[in-house]
Amino acid sequence: MARKFTPKVLTANDLRLGDVVYMTASGDWTRCHAEAELLEDEADAELRLLKAHGQSGIVVGAYLADAKAGPDGPEPVHFREAFRSRGPSNYDLGKQADSKRGTAHV
Amino acid sequence: MYEYSDFDEAFVRARAAQFRQQVERRLDGSLTEEEFRPLRLMNGLYLQLHAYMLRIAIPYGTLSAGQMRQLAMIAERWDEGYGHFTTRQNIQFNWPKLVDVPDIIDALADVQMHAIQTSGNTIRNTTTDVFAGAAADEIADPRPIAELIREWSTDHAEFQFLPRKFKIAITGTEADRAVIRAHDIGLQLVEKDGEIGLKVLVGGGLGRTPMLGQVIRDFLPVADLLPYLEAVISTYNLMGRRDNKYKARIKITVFENGLDAFKAAVEEEFARIRPTFSGVDQEILRVIAAQFAPPAFKNDPVDSYEAALSVDPVFRRWVARNITAHKVENHAIVTISLKEHGKTPGDATADQMRVMADLADRYGYGELRISHEQNVVLPHVAKADLPAVHAELLRAGLATANVGLLSDMICCPGMDYCALATARSIPVAENLATHFRDIGLEDEIGNLKIKISGCINACGHHHIGHIGILGLDRAGVENYQITLGGDAGPQAAIGDKTGPGFAYDEVVPAIERILRAYLALRESPAETFIDAFRRLGAAPFKEALYGENRDAA
Repeated sequence: MARKFTPKVLTANDLRLGDVVYMTASGDWTRCHAEAELLEDEADAELRLLKAHGQSGIVVGAYLADAKAGPDGPEPVHFREAFRSRGPSNYDLGKQADSKRGTAHV
Repeated sequence: MYEYSDFDEAFVRARAAQFRQQVERRLDGSLTEEEFRPLRLMNGLYLQLHAYMLRIAIPYGTLSAGQMRQLAMIAERWDEGYGHFTTRQNIQFNWPKLVDVPDIIDALADVQMHAIQTSGNTIRNTTTDVFAGAAADEIADPRPIAELIREWSTDHAEFQFLPRKFKIAITGTEADRAVIRAHDIGLQLVEKDGEIGLKVLVGGGLGRTPMLGQVIRDFLPVADLLPYLEAVISTYNLMGRRDNKYKARIKITVFENGLDAFKAAVEEEFARIRPTFSGVDQEILRVIAAQFAPPAFKNDPVDSYEAALSVDPVFRRWVARNITAHKVENHAIVTISLKEHGKTPGDATADQMRVMADLADRYGYGELRISHEQNVVLPHVAKADLPAVHAELLRAGLATANVGLLSDMICCPGMDYCALATARSIPVAENLATHFRDIGLEDEIGNLKIKISGCINACGHHHIGHIGILGLDRAGVENYQITLGGDAGPQAAIGDKTGPGFAYDEVVPAIERILRAYLALRESPAETFIDAFRRLGAAPFKEALYGENRDAA
């Protein structure tokens, strides 16, 4: 029996800056996990991944990561993705700092 | 200290220019990521969880005050104002932007530094005793040989695509502060009939399959070193496995073939290539050795130092923990702890780097060292200057008097930064340090090596910690496995797993149970944790850890 597909977001790192990015429903890249498109159809998710692989001038290392629906948008499922969506725990750096500086949507 | 020759300078500048072009070609689309990745890794540039990471080589952990100041400048100008010193005696910047890295590499070349061969399946930075050239107990300064190995191995055409990365460590003393038994090749300077030679160990390494190196040669003349290294690594290059990344290190090659068969192949190759070494390398070694001549030590009396010791308890405590005997009586070796309680082990801010550089210039003959235990060392300080050094360190938040204590932990970046990590390690270290300080047991416990890795690759050396902590991902939850009885020194040992792992917030209480058992069981305060463990075995500590619920835990 085929395993059940669980919802995903498409994520990668920005080529020039290295920052974590997510693909939105319009096919753009955002730096905010909650603005990602929650992909609930496997075929659709695979097509999105192929599209990302074709954008090697913009992003690096695209992959599909488990996510779930939340009140403000998709939320990470695994702790690794939660850390990627925030930043390190030892300094106020990365996305957690960007959102305070109001630069989460650059 | 070693100064670049014209050849070194031209080589490093050429590589910097090449890398600038490679980055340009990646950004304009001429290179795909698949094509670019090996090129950036050859220059120490990784892509980690949140950002790129640049690993910069600090050859054998030695750097000048000017080089430290340049690292501070880079941290401020192109990173987030700090750097992370590693167990390979290197420094990592965690937030560089790809577009800035060519400028960073140029800024490094300006002070005779680079990031070449800090990644990839090549011969990495040769590490050594952090007290080299200053220790009272060494046969000779091992750094000239480490520099010779650097020159020989850099861009060595035969060894750019080994089965896996390759790490060499060298020590000049029986005390082994360089963990030579956990390296692909370990070298120890030894003396026989008045001649200095090398004991050669092969096949050590940590990671998924930890093994201690075995002696392949008891005494190798120094003149035979490069051909012998070449024979060992050539043999590994041919015999080593390339079918499975996890079985590709030399420790597996030696283990699978047996030391005797491996050694026979090495000796045959050595006999073949030895005549092709004309002795030029030994002439180069003599030129190198002259550059490591000790500084002209000051002859200041120690009265002011002794006066400060008698009146200042904070200074006295710092001296007791952070000062090591120097080979010159009126000098001392200063270890600057980068392990302030609650802070990230091995991190220094740009301001702190500048303070350490200034201290090195004013009181330390311009020289600094990075230890594999992630501290900074001023190898030569006149005792008369120690009170002034301590006062400056206090002002900069760098006078933590904890060297060798529980909070002086080795800790890898873990899942706060590393793309390979399976769990966090930094907050575990922070929590352990603050907890044992707060309950007032750190001094009571005394000398103890805790080492923490955030994945099985063991950058945090957990296998050779007296207490090792390994962070894993168990079904989507962080889980920490504890090992006991490891050791990094001359009595090197791989620790044994205690049993089932612990959740993130159970780690500190678990370590406390082990250490309270130690305090109850030790014969006297003079018996350290590892001595008590060796006397008692693991059973009483496992009992303390798991109690009656051991099987169900």
